[in-house]
Parts: sequence; C-alpha cells; structure tokens
Amino acid sequence: METTTVKSNFKSEEYFINMGPQHPATHGVLRLVLTIDGEIIKKVDPDLGYIHRSIEKMCERDSYQQIVHLTDRMDYLSSNINNEAVCLAVENALELEVPDRVKVIRTIIGELTRISSHCLWWGVMGMDVGALTTYFYGFRDREMINDIMEETCGARLTMNYNVPGGLMFDIHPNFVPRVKKFITHFKTKIPEFDRLLTNNVIFQKRTRGVGILSKEDAISFGASGPVGRASGYSCDVRKYHPYSALDRVTFNEALQTEGDTFARYKVRIQEFWESLSIIEQLIDNIPEGEHRVATKAVIKLPKGEYFQKVETARGELGVYVISTGTKNPYRFKFRSPGFSNLSLLNHIAVGGKIGDLVATMATLDLVIPDIDR
Amino acid sequence: MTNEELQRKIESWYPDPEASGLVFSEEESQFLNVSISPKDLYDLMSKLKADDDTYFDYLFCLTGVDWGEELGVVYHLESTQHRHQLVVKVSTPDREHPVLATVSSIWKTAEFHEREVFDFFGINFTDHPNMKRLFLTDEWEGYPLRKDYEDEINMILK
Repeated sequence: METTTVKSNFKSEEYFINMGPQHPATHGVLRLVLTIDGEIIKKVDPDLGYIHRSIEKMCERDSYQQIVHLTDRMDYLSSNINNEAVCLAVENALELEVPDRVKVIRTIIGELTRISSHCLWWGVMGMDVGALTTYFYGFRDREMINDIMEETCGARLTMNYNVPGGLMFDIHPNFVPRVKKFITHFKTKIPEFDRLLTNNVIFQKRTRGVGILSKEDAISFGASGPVGRASGYSCDVRKYHPYSALDRVTFNEALQTEGDTFARYKVRIQEFWESLSIIEQLIDNIPEGEHRVATKAVIKLPKGEYFQKVETARGELGVYVISTGTKNPYRFKFRSPGFSNLSLLNHIAVGGKIGDLVATMATLDLVIPDIDR
Repeated sequence: MTNEELQRKIESWYPDPEASGLVFSEEESQFLNVSISPKDLYDLMSKLKADDDTYFDYLFCLTGVDWGEELGVVYHLESTQHRHQLVVKVSTPDREHPVLATVSSIWKTAEFHEREVFDFFGINFTDHPNMKRLFLTDEWEGYPLRKDYEDEINMILK
C-alpha cells in the first residue's frame, strides 16, 4: 500500500493575536501581543499601562504617611508587606527603633498575607489549567485569613495597618486564638491541595517541562521570589536581608532546581509550610509593649538616599527614596517584583503553545497593578 | 569585597579618574556610590559584570531621576556570589535629547526597566533592542515623571 506523507506544501504564515486586555488568564488588564505560527508562539510582547496610576509621581506630592496607603494599591495581595516596606524605609531614615511587639506582629501578619496570596494563586492556578474546584478550595481557606485581618486591621484586602513608627492600633484579643485555629485547620488542608492538584496526572503533564528558566537567566532577568527560587537561585530577601522579626526565626528557603512551571508550583506549596512554621514560632511569643512609637505629625526625612527590600508573596519589592530634607520625597521608586518577572515571559514562552503560555503565566503569579504602578 | 576594596578595584581600571568623571561617595547612602560619565558607562558596567572579583550579576533596581539641571539613571547592583552591593550613577545635561548607553546586553532585566525610563523621562538608550513606549501610548506628549511636566487635566497640584 502506498503511503502518503504530508509534505510541507502548506505554507504557514505568522500572524498577530491579542491576548487581553480582557482575558481571564491574564488576571487583570494586561495585553499580550502574540506572534504565532499555527499554535506555536514566536514572540510575546506585553503592552502595559491600562491601569497605570503613576503612583511614583503621586508620592512626590504626598507626605510619607499618605504614601503608605498608596502601596496597598500596587500588589494588593501583599498589601501588608508593601506597607511594611515603606514604613521600614522611613523608620531607617529617621533611625527610629520600633518596639519588639511591632516587629513580631508585622512578621506574623506578613506571613499570613503570604499564605493568603498563595491560596488565591493556587485557586486560580488550577482554574487556569481547567480544574475549577481548586478555586473554591483556595478561597475557602483564604476567607479565614481575611476574617482575621478584618477583625484586627479593619479591612480585608487593602489593610493600611502599618504606619511609620508601628501599627495603626493593637491586635484584637481574638487574633492569637484565631491564628492558632487557622494553623491547625490549614495543616490538614495542604495535603488536600496535594491530593487534589499536585499529584494529578493531567496537571503534571500540563506543567512539567513547560516554560523552563535557567538559573543564569533568572538572575539576569532579575527574577525574584518563587520564580527565581524554582530555578535554583537562592534569592529570599528574608534570608539575605532579614527585616522586622525574621532574624529570630528559623525556616528553610523553598528551593527547586528544574526551573519549569511545576517547580514554581512546588516552591509555593513548600512556602505554605515555611510560613506556617514562622507564624508558629512567633505566635506564642508576642512581646508585651507599645504598638507604636510617636512620630512627628509632619515627617521630614534627612537629606539622602534610602533603599529597603522586602520579600512580598511575588518576590523582591524594593523601595528607593531620594529625600532632599523636605516633607515630600524628591523621588520615590518602587522596584516591583512583577515587572521583572513579566520581562522574562517572552524568553520562556517562545516555542511553546498558547495553552502552555497560560500555565506559565499562572505560575509567574502576575498582579497587574503591581506592574502598572 | 568591602566598599574600600571595591573602590580600589574600580580606581585601578581608570588611571585618569577625572577624564571618566569618576566620583565615589558613601555619604547619605547605605551603599558605595560611583558616578561615571556617560561615555564610560558601558565600559564600567561590563567590567563590573565580567570581573571575577566584582561579579555584579544582579541588577536589582534601575531608576530614572530628574535632577533638575540633569537627567540621570541610578543602577543598584548586587553580586549573588559575593553578596556585595554597589550603586552606579550617570547623568546627562542634555534635556532636549538625552542619550545614554544601554546595559540590556549585560543584564536582560534592563531591557524593560530602560523602556520604563524612556517612557517617563525621555532618556534614549542607544543600541536598545526595542526602544519604544511601554506604558503610555505612542502619541503621548511629554515625559510625566520629569519635574517640569505639566498636565492640567490629570494632575492635582497643591
């Protein structure tokens, strides 16, 4: 019998396709201009600015207390950690020593924020690759943290709980028992996450070997957070430049070496356990004392330049302040983790399929307001 | 390397510091600051990355600054091996057509960050692979993060 082979008589043609700005997998108003050949991606060109509010320009007009609440609106899933970054930068500049109680509470709330952010990521990660159930599981557990935050900080998403000098108010009496209850609850849920999604064969086939990022490229592209650590690049700010109470706890930096989408997934699952461990070490040892030291009503930073790094749920957030000694900063720069992590998307998505791009983007965990500052 | 060792190392590359505009400063900053003239920027940056003793492989922040008279860029560098940090500053007095060398061939992250600086400060980076607006539309007039930028509709001035 004669066999026919399909020759490449069919000329394929490259063409452009818009992914976003209203696309469910971009989780916000991000527009990707894709150059594709059939279903193979040749180029990914992000087009940004759909929700740019020019926060850096607004900071030049505002006082330092006002700047703190603007940071809630950058990476809104790590709002507490963003607040902390600005407060730490201001406190360092003023050489203000905050009470031990503040440091410990800030760290606990920071780690709770990280778990809550990763819960949301885990839910939508599953949803992006077609497992809708995970969305409800992730949001169920995130809800407990939101309730704790609501009781103590007064808000569920944009907390604005940190102020230069300490905390807006002291923790609620229910805070400690509720956090302990959450820890016990969540420890039984992470294995459930694993049973549902991590060990799922279809999920693993969608993610293993997809979107591989080497360690050298991770450093060169400025990757940070779980994206960098999945490529074996040890970049945890909490380890290298510890702030608040992070120097008094022991935890392991979640590291993987494969650098693919599944490795980035595993890093975040491991971070659930590490964050729980950090909270457990601190929750019974919250020192007594004031929740705030008084600052002047008008804060003027001494002339100079200040840089503060923190580890948000997405990676390294840098706050760079140039002060001329007045009540407003001369220049206020946010080095946002999402912006650098987005810059490597083209590098790891080229050669893959559009479906792979969705899975890859899910593990970059982009929050668009963080990129469009 | 300590800050003194870093300073001696960089000084050894430029026997005539005045010709390269080389100025070191540790005042009012937690890092060692190096200022360099635009013509030697690329040379210094590639040496900082390539030399085994300095090996600054991580550009963790790239900031455009309007200094009033001059437009400048501030580079925050860190070595993931030696864990030392350095700040490199460069500025150009030409506010009409500011041009600086790109460092995107040394650190890939600079490609996006330089586009952001181009968008908001109008600094053009020569040999940049994709020098166009990133956040704003192509027809946008002016560069919003410059101090002399005015927009009566969108800006609330106090």
